[in-house]
Amino acid sequence: MVEKETIKQIQKKRVDWEKQKYSKAISENPERKQKFKNLSDIEIKNLYTPEDIADLEYLKDVGFPGEEPFLRGVHPNLYRGRLWTMRQFAGFGSAEETNKRYHYLLEHGETGLSVAFDYPTLYGYDTDHPLARGEFGKCGVAISSLLDMELLFHGIPLDKITTSMTINGPAAIVWAMYIANAENQGIKKDKIGGTIQNDILKEYIAQKSYIFPPEPSMRLIVDTFEYGFKNIPKWNTISISGYHIREAGSTAVQELAFTLGDGIEYVKAAMKRGLSIDDFAPRLSFFFNAHNDFFEEIAKYRAARRIWASEMKKLGAKKQRSLWMRFHTQTAGCSLTAQQPEMNIVRVTMQALAAVLGGTQSLHTNSMDEALALPSEKAVRIALRTQQIIAEESGVTDTVDPLGGSYYIEWLTSKMEEETYKYFDKVERLGGVIPAIEKGFFQREIAESAYRYQKETDENKRIIVGVNRYKLDEEPSIPILKMDEKGEERQIHRLKKLRSERDATKVQNHLQRLRKAAEGDENLMPFILDCIHSYATLGETCDVLREVFGEYKEQAIF
Amino acid sequence: MIKKIRVLVAKPGLDGHDRGAKIVARALRDAGMEVVYTGLHQTAEQIVNTAIQEDVDVVGLSLLSGAHMTLFIDVALLLKEKQMDDVLIVGGGIIPQQDVPGLKKAGIAEVFGPGTPVEDIVSYIKKNVKR
Repeated sequence: MVEKETIKQIQKKRVDWEKQKYSKAISENPERKQKFKNLSDIEIKNLYTPEDIADLEYLKDVGFPGEEPFLRGVHPNLYRGRLWTMRQFAGFGSAEETNKRYHYLLEHGETGLSVAFDYPTLYGYDTDHPLARGEFGKCGVAISSLLDMELLFHGIPLDKITTSMTINGPAAIVWAMYIANAENQGIKKDKIGGTIQNDILKEYIAQKSYIFPPEPSMRLIVDTFEYGFKNIPKWNTISISGYHIREAGSTAVQELAFTLGDGIEYVKAAMKRGLSIDDFAPRLSFFFNAHNDFFEEIAKYRAARRIWASEMKKLGAKKQRSLWMRFHTQTAGCSLTAQQPEMNIVRVTMQALAAVLGGTQSLHTNSMDEALALPSEKAVRIALRTQQIIAEESGVTDTVDPLGGSYYIEWLTSKMEEETYKYFDKVERLGGVIPAIEKGFFQREIAESAYRYQKETDENKRIIVGVNRYKLDEEPSIPILKMDEKGEERQIHRLKKLRSERDATKVQNHLQRLRKAAEGDENLMPFILDCIHSYATLGETCDVLREVFGEYKEQAIF
Repeated sequence: MIKKIRVLVAKPGLDGHDRGAKIVARALRDAGMEVVYTGLHQTAEQIVNTAIQEDVDVVGLSLLSGAHMTLFIDVALLLKEKQMDDVLIVGGGIIPQQDVPGLKKAGIAEVFGPGTPVEDIVSYIKKNVKR
């Protein structure tokens, strides 16, 4: 971006500066560490100058927002037009309790909904299944049928608000419940919008809420892609997620590389089915973590946009919209401390700011009490207010990609891109994403990074305020969310009543048809929708697929 | 020769968060213990059966889903029922302080929350192992 002659002068000046100024400075004030490294173990230099980005051509490698390579953002005017969607991931107990929390959040200025489901729901079990013991409503809301879905969104206009649902194994079924609920309210399918996470690869890799083996899982995902662009054009039929990979302990580079690698795998699977890339690619979305190292995170989001645009072009995408890497961000749950929990407000603020400076489309800010329990009302309000302060008071939204052109940020963006391609090569050599999962490659890479991070913290090489430095003798206590103890009883009662009152023959017929279709190769979405409309439960619908597809089991390695 | 301490690291219930369990398993192994890791999605019966088969001295339970008041206690009760009272039971995960007394009463000897240095877990086990 700078003339070659100028670069030469800078190089020369740099050598002088190191020799004279810098060495004198460090002899007077020795550096705090031998090496400065970010969380991806990339060594950070003392200073960045135009020399470090001498290879970048502005128009080709950086460009303008809304134009290739989309490094500076997918929208030309970004937050000068519309702010990011403030979307707090929420769900606990019964549908009624969670519905109250949604109304509370919307009243306080939240602009999108995001559903957290409990473990039985994530695994496709009804609340009264033996394996659901102890888990009802614990880390999300329990949704066993369309009836629960109706209660969950009671009083919320589904044609006006978008909803993101963190659901993977049974994503097609839970999505069908959302669609059916809207249809029953007389809302046309093309009027609803939102996202299903629907990203099974990262479940095998990191989050572990899988049900079926890879092949039928990928089939179900491609079914939703196809059904989505044909019927529900405003729906993001996948949210390809690095968040959980990071939470499981990966570095930022691993998060970036594994997530985009998964994305490419989904595109290939859909193309193999015969879908045209420009039909489904515009509805692919992403989900990243915002961890502690501020600039590293910003560089990660920017690199993701450039890599994705380039890879999609290589795969044959023609529409500009197909090249967009749009993403949601959540601040890092694993960075929250149980010690001095109020300090988490500060951590979350910086992480959220990184996401905004990285150009996120939507954002969840964690609550300060989440290393202890699900968030209380007050804690979640503070988390939402944090976003509102960044949006309304800080001024960072006034210009697009404010850090673009920073020598350090541009260098780090390119460096992370380079490291990502090294991982792409490694995975390629293992035969692709699914063979690499089966060989435990990602799982081992992540476990190694997690262990290293823990060791560095235990050895005080990495400082966590309140945990290994600046500790208090007596920890302050903060109020913890109390759940309605009668919720589970009510839910089981509702489920039993539903099973006895619905048209049992109709349910059985639809489940039978679904089974037949699953044994063949038709798109399963219409069959699943019929089951859901007849009030077949989540567990019953999922059991049919379990019987046809089998279940995935992973090797226990540590 | 001193007998090595045998530990079962177990993940009860549906919770898939295994970062902590794997780190602890590896740290205990590095500290010279023999470690068996159950993997995910274990019922209380499966955990207790493995504990008996592997003849372990310690059972370490990890849960981040919030189901500890049911599932940790299920394991503790079942171990007692099988006359495995001399097995040291410890737990860890996202566990609010207010739940700790109830867990201790049920036989979970110690609960380790987020931010615990693994060395604390190692030395606790070495000091308190009963067999």
